[in-house]
Amino acid sequence: MSQLSLSAAVGLLLRRDLVLAYRRRAELANPILFFVLITALFPLGIGADPVLIAKVGPGILWVAALLASLLSLDAMFRSDFEDGSLEQFMLSAQPVSMLVLAKVFAHWLVTGLPLLLVAPLLALFVNLPTDALGVLLLSLLLGTPVLSLIGAVGVALTVGLRKGGVILSLLVLPLYVPVLIFGADAVQTAVVGIPATAQISFIAAMLALALALAPMAAAASLRISLS
Amino acid sequence: MGIKRFFHQMGSPQYFYRVAGLWIPWLLGASLLLLVIGWVDGLVYAPTDYQQGDSYRIMFIHVPAAWMSMFIYMVMAFSGLLSLVWRVKMGEVIAVSCAPIGASFTLLALATGSLWGKPMWGTWWVWDARLTSELILFFLYLGVIALYGAIEDRRVGARAVAILALVGVVNIPIIHYSVEWWNTLHQPATITKLGKPSIVPSMLIPLLIGALAFKLFFFATVLMRARNELLERDRNTRWVKNLLEAEAK
Repeated sequence: MSQLSLSAAVGLLLRRDLVLAYRRRAELANPILFFVLITALFPLGIGADPVLIAKVGPGILWVAALLASLLSLDAMFRSDFEDGSLEQFMLSAQPVSMLVLAKVFAHWLVTGLPLLLVAPLLALFVNLPTDALGVLLLSLLLGTPVLSLIGAVGVALTVGLRKGGVILSLLVLPLYVPVLIFGADAVQTAVVGIPATAQISFIAAMLALALALAPMAAAASLRISLS
Repeated sequence: MGIKRFFHQMGSPQYFYRVAGLWIPWLLGASLLLLVIGWVDGLVYAPTDYQQGDSYRIMFIHVPAAWMSMFIYMVMAFSGLLSLVWRVKMGEVIAVSCAPIGASFTLLALATGSLWGKPMWGTWWVWDARLTSELILFFLYLGVIALYGAIEDRRVGARAVAILALVGVVNIPIIHYSVEWWNTLHQPATITKLGKPSIVPSMLIPLLIGALAFKLFFFATVLMRARNELLERDRNTRWVKNLLEAEAK
């Protein structure tokens, strides 16, 4: 067997995961639909008052994005766990944390990034001023990968469990709190017309931290789940 | 040399079981004694607060419980670290034994905080920064308990708990400061300076005695839980069987 360089391995894994996702195109729409649905539920629950909806809009959008990302998490390692490829990754000569990073990135590309595509539409739903749209997209662009990275640790811990789903949300949601706070607050600030640089910087800092630490924690968790 | 030997011996379940059994009565006794002293001093003899009247006295339970809720999480994460890095088996046992006790103290802090909030703020719950972070800490504990309960193999479960506790420790400061940020932006008017005014020694001393009592109580209960955990884990080993036979006689 010829030795594969790390970047080649990561590239191959990324490509494989994207191809797999593309083969199951029907599932690609699910997180988006979920995101739209949750956002549409809020006005039904709190009433159609446009002023009220505009006021809570940023929070609604971020909570919906968070739930949509949570719902798609379970699929991150599931099929690889079931068909045994996850064990092969563990046995490979490459550092597992980098492979995990590749998988998380692929997962985010097919479940996190699409949320940004519908976000402008949902911004209309909640009467978000167009000036705040840029901040909304930027906060989602930086925030959803943090959700995927933190989520990866939770999924890695629960992948071997039969009913991992409920526990996964219990593990992961408390850790999502800072992203929610800064994400929603960034949009809220932008709505009032104040620059949201501080909040965006905080989200970017969390992304940097999560990028550095989460793959290692997820790799260690996978080793435990597979033992 | 002595301390190294001590740690080696404590790594053996059998030795740990025996020594913990010797310590528990002393820890419990000291804790109860201090608890009585601290609470009588705090609830009866400490001066009445000039603003809050007597209702501040719940502080003597609330504040130590809140301290313990964080302290126990640290103990849990540190034992988890010991078990993951140095494969200290007792670290696993301590880590999983910490979680229910920590959750109980967190719940106690939340409940007493809520009871304190009623006369002070006029409502059972406010989204105050400390209460909110305490609530999230409670959820973190529940996550740990649920994860351990869901994994059948105890050793695997304990190591999963160790990782989760470490992830939590990294996140707790971030959560705490983000909640504080959120709180100052959304609710600037709540009175949260209950703890801030400098406290007179006659109130501080019972508070510290109470905190020490809670700490000893935690050590006693965590050792009790750890002993049970060991018995269940090692129930098929010879030392547990010998122990049971000796007790049966």
